[in-house]
Amino acid sequence: MTTATTASPPTAAALPRHPGVRRPSLLRLTGVELRKLVDTRAGLWLLITIGLLAAALVVVQLIWTDDAAQTFANFFLSSMLPIGLLLPVLGILSITGEWSQRTALTTFALVPRRGRVIVAKLAAMVLAALASVLVSLGVAAAGTLVAGATGGAGTWRMEWVLVLHAVVLQVANVLMGAGFGLLLLNTPLAIVGFLLLPTLWSILGEMIRPLQGPAGWLDTGRTMEPLLTPDVTAGQWGRFAVSLLLWLAVPLVAGLVRTLRREVS
Amino acid sequence: MISVEHLTKRYGRHTAVDDVSFRCEPGTVTGFLGPNGAGKSTTMRMICGLTPPSGGGATVGGRPYRELPNPGREVGVLLDASAQHAGRTGREALTVAAATMGVDRRQVPAKLDLVGLNEVAARRRLRAYSLGMRQRLGLAHALLGDPRVLILDEPANGLDPEGIFWMRGLLRDFADRGGTVLLSSHLLREVEAVADRLVVIGGGRIVAQGDKTELLAGGGTLVRARDGAALRAALDRAGLALTEGTEGLLVHADADAVGQAAADAGVALTELRAAGSGGLEQLFLTLTAGASTQEAVR
Repeated sequence: MTTATTASPPTAAALPRHPGVRRPSLLRLTGVELRKLVDTRAGLWLLITIGLLAAALVVVQLIWTDDAAQTFANFFLSSMLPIGLLLPVLGILSITGEWSQRTALTTFALVPRRGRVIVAKLAAMVLAALASVLVSLGVAAAGTLVAGATGGAGTWRMEWVLVLHAVVLQVANVLMGAGFGLLLLNTPLAIVGFLLLPTLWSILGEMIRPLQGPAGWLDTGRTMEPLLTPDVTAGQWGRFAVSLLLWLAVPLVAGLVRTLRREVS
Repeated sequence: MISVEHLTKRYGRHTAVDDVSFRCEPGTVTGFLGPNGAGKSTTMRMICGLTPPSGGGATVGGRPYRELPNPGREVGVLLDASAQHAGRTGREALTVAAATMGVDRRQVPAKLDLVGLNEVAARRRLRAYSLGMRQRLGLAHALLGDPRVLILDEPANGLDPEGIFWMRGLLRDFADRGGTVLLSSHLLREVEAVADRLVVIGGGRIVAQGDKTELLAGGGTLVRARDGAALRAALDRAGLALTEGTEGLLVHADADAVGQAAADAGVALTELRAAGSGGLEQLFLTLTAGASTQEAVR
């Protein structure tokens, strides 16, 4: 028995009043959402897995790729891959989990302005994406040191604009995940949707001739690719932006509307 | 203070809550009674701004819930004890809520202690909690912001008799200190002991509301003596109408008159009390019989 019955003390003191209580600031709510990303076993292990996978990819490169290819830039870019795939899943969980675990009932009872909770969640995810780029830089640096010591190229030279591109890519990825989460409000559906739909669209775009034109604008797999190189033309930025409009902005806005209106029970 | 005015909720053609109005005053405990599926939870969710009403409205402390700047500091809400992340520990669930409200983190162990969840329980993840422990945690969650209003949906579910007794004391004390309590239940007996006022709902409509004593009165007085024949004679002599009940004599008069009649005749009583909620109980049973078939249809 882990509960103990204690009679409440016979206090006659009146209940305290809290005049002038302020609504929770967005900063505080973002802090809370960051905490909620890691305070469950599922969230914590997902983060650890992401970190381990990023490191594992660097190790794989150290063992199997040509010595000449063992550069900081290569380590950095490849470590971004598992992060870009799995970090959005954490974002999806943070949104859909409120409904599947039914915590929306307490969350929205404490913060009835649901839009503020969503904004805090998105802010927390963007911060996580920024942190992930730091992790990528970290594992890449470790990889480069090891490569230098074990006969690999170990070159440190990298166009630093790539870091900026990495930030843009990872932030876009987590927000895409968030959009799917908000729109579908169901964990498996949102994860499968996020991982599968853009890929499916890529395959269809390849196979069906009339789709090949639009696919160049709408297939995130293709529009994101140029950002892995230092030189991105204005046209490539344009295509990237158009693809994000479809895969990021539309689900995000539609999902926001749905979440604000949905009955919590 | 809670004020509910003409609250209505329709789901398609089904009306779950139909023109419900009532008020809960500071210093009182209001029991919100009704069979399962009567519309209690829907009404409470509408009060808390979680379900948009089809008509009418509700205010807490004079303002619609959604317009409260920091609701947790003014209203403690427990709508479903199981609506917590199964992977969080009890302490973590409260810490998250404290951080959201901006409440001092030291309140977390204090409130856990208040509801009788010890250190071991606080460190356990919620999936390992029994329903009774979840209710206690939910109560701690509701009390965390030191609110002046409590809205509790079936808080006694899953509590053992000792726990129910403890919770009654807690709520009574809260109301005596000027707090407003609205608690729902589908069991009349459960709220009878603690509520000052009752609001009875059935099929989405309010069927009775008022002072508990008023609602429960009218059932007469139950009286028993070792010498049943002498008692009956004494009551006859005093001109009090009575019927033979299973538990004793049911007299259509208040306890005062019955006790006096017995004393005058020198009859020693073994029991003398209000016959209780005969009328309300009957009403309640009728409601349950009619409404149970509609349960879970929303």
